Amino acid sequence: MITLEGINRIFQVGDQQVHALDDINLTIQPGEYLSLMGPSGSGKSTLLNILGLLDKPTSGRYLLEGREITSLSDDEQATVRGEKIGFVFQFFHLVPRMSAFENVELPLVLAGMAPSVRRERVNVILEQLGLMDRAHHRPDQLSGGQRQRIAIARATIMKPSLLLADEPTGNLDSRSGTDVVEVLEKLNAGGITLVVVTHDGQVGKRAGRRLRMVDGAIVKDERG
Amino acid sequence: MRPGDTARFAAQSLIRARGRTLLMLLAMSIGVSAVVILTGLGEGARRFVTGEFASLGTNLVIVMPGRSETTGGAAALMAGETPRDLTVDDYLALTRNPLVSLAAPVMVGAAGAARGRLEREISVVGTTSEFLKIRHLSMDRGKFLPSGDPSRAVNVCVIGEKIKQELFGKEQALGEWLRLGDRRFRVIGVLATGGRSIGVDIQELVVIPVASAQALFNSPGLFRILVEARSREVMPRLQDQIRSTIAERHQGEEDVTVVTQDAVLATFDNILQALTFTVGGIGAISLAVAGILIMNIMLVAVSQRTREIGLLKAVGATRAQVTTLFLSEAVLLALLGGLLGLFFGYLGTTAIHGVYPDMDSQAPLWAVLAAVGVSSLTGLVFGIMPARQAAALEPVEALNG
Ligand SMILES: Nc1ncnc2c1ncn2[C@@H]1O[C@H](COP(=O)(O)OP(=O)(O)OP(=O)(O)O)[C@@H](O)[C@H]1O
Ligand SMILES: [Mg+2]
Repeated sequence: MITLEGINRIFQVGDQQVHALDDINLTIQPGEYLSLMGPSGSGKSTLLNILGLLDKPTSGRYLLEGREITSLSDDEQATVRGEKIGFVFQFFHLVPRMSAFENVELPLVLAGMAPSVRRERVNVILEQLGLMDRAHHRPDQLSGGQRQRIAIARATIMKPSLLLADEPTGNLDSRSGTDVVEVLEKLNAGGITLVVVTHDGQVGKRAGRRLRMVDGAIVKDERG
Repeated sequence: MRPGDTARFAAQSLIRARGRTLLMLLAMSIGVSAVVILTGLGEGARRFVTGEFASLGTNLVIVMPGRSETTGGAAALMAGETPRDLTVDDYLALTRNPLVSLAAPVMVGAAGAARGRLEREISVVGTTSEFLKIRHLSMDRGKFLPSGDPSRAVNVCVIGEKIKQELFGKEQALGEWLRLGDRRFRVIGVLATGGRSIGVDIQELVVIPVASAQALFNSPGLFRILVEARSREVMPRLQDQIRSTIAERHQGEEDVTVVTQDAVLATFDNILQALTFTVGGIGAISLAVAGILIMNIMLVAVSQRTREIGLLKAVGATRAQVTTLFLSEAVLLALLGGLLGLFFGYLGTTAIHGVYPDMDSQAPLWAVLAAVGVSSLTGLVFGIMPARQAAALEPVEALNG
């Protein structure tokens, strides 16, 4: 379970303060499927980054599976990021010099897993995503949809409990976008908690719980 | 993370960013090899010259008229003081010292030399038979000055090879007369080429008995007395004894300067050491240039690397892991660059040795260490510094970097 209590995020730009998140309170149940929509600059990415421990709130409490996250040290946060959270970016963020296989393997390498175990796990996930024949291609030799699926494989290879996706279809045509959303939903069906930020109403509608943000605040929270 | 994976990650990032890696290696190896070659040159020159000096004999003690203000080094005459002459009798007194194995008086001067209509200015040395051995000279033809009473003026001379060529050409010189100033000398020998005497080319020398030189130059004063000690160990003692012997003879005045060849050698060695340092300085500048190049290549890569670091952190890398990865990469690069530089430096010095076989152009160890040290250090610092900075950012900041 995830609980956010009174989360604020203020950016200092010159002598101006930008209140990107304004007193956010939110509870997410394990296995939930959320979509997060709203106008540009409303704070969706900021919220997602804080959920993914990629950014720190200016104030407020963040509890993940009953654990207070905001007071953890940098290294402890890194471990939580590695083990419990997967992140999918709009611009994929694959390492260009590494093959698809190596990109997916990266979190396992950082975790110090043995090479034979790693190979096994990466092959299984590439098989599931139908990317076996692309394993040794570099990112620049792959289509956008393939790249995003590789990125999803990398985000989920550590079997996290929370998967966050910031406009995962934003750089894809509608067909590969639908593919990617289906992959994410399949993972959610397997039990992973899924939060998707999107500008695409069709994509947003598919979620079981739909949040709407305006000016750093959650203004709508629909279910069913 | 496993050590093997860390090494693989570092090697992979070097191999796949080939252009950048090659540029870095080029910069580092230019810096290192420049230092190795340049200091090698300086060091080679230094060794060449000291070697030449050493071959002149290191047991040599040189006695000069006049007191030097400073000890060691070249004698600086005390201003305003007219020193007493050093005489042939002083020389004879020194030969009686049991610590002396050989001694020779030396007078020098210039005189017009003439044979028939051929005439030229010539350096004349007045000395005794011992000079040949002390100066490590050898004869080409004929004999050197006869031994005997040094106060007897015998009108014989020994000439250098070049003088022989200029005044006699292909003709026989031995037994012929040579006019020096207003006197005639019979040529009894020709010096062999090859020997070298500090500052004097023996090929252009005429050697006559010291008493004849005193008469020729109309002066009793010697230029030097060369003394060879029985062994190196007795040299300090001998120097003291020479000073007191001369002082006794000069009414208690210590008015001579006694130096050893070593002291002269040390002065030259200092000068040449300075030369090596200068050359090392030039090397250091090339190293600095290479360092700046390394720095630039690294800084250009920073924004790309920053994004990579953000990604690494997003998938769970700790700050220490990120630093270790980039440190390994920088170490690997520095190692390769250093080795490559040493290799090129070695090639360079070997090539120089091939062209000038006389010169043993080995770079001194301190220069090699400094070169490898500095280039590795710039490589390391500018490899790790941006990585450390990026690793300290929040992952999202690094990702957008
Ligand atoms: N690093 C930053 N420095 C300063 N201001 C920032 C920074 N990141 C975000 N902001 C500001 O915070 C607010 C929220 O930004 P955020 O990126 O969360 O919006 P968003 O809802 O994701 O918009 P979009 O749909 O365009 O991606 C914006 O006003 C933005 O300008
Ligand atoms: Mg956004």
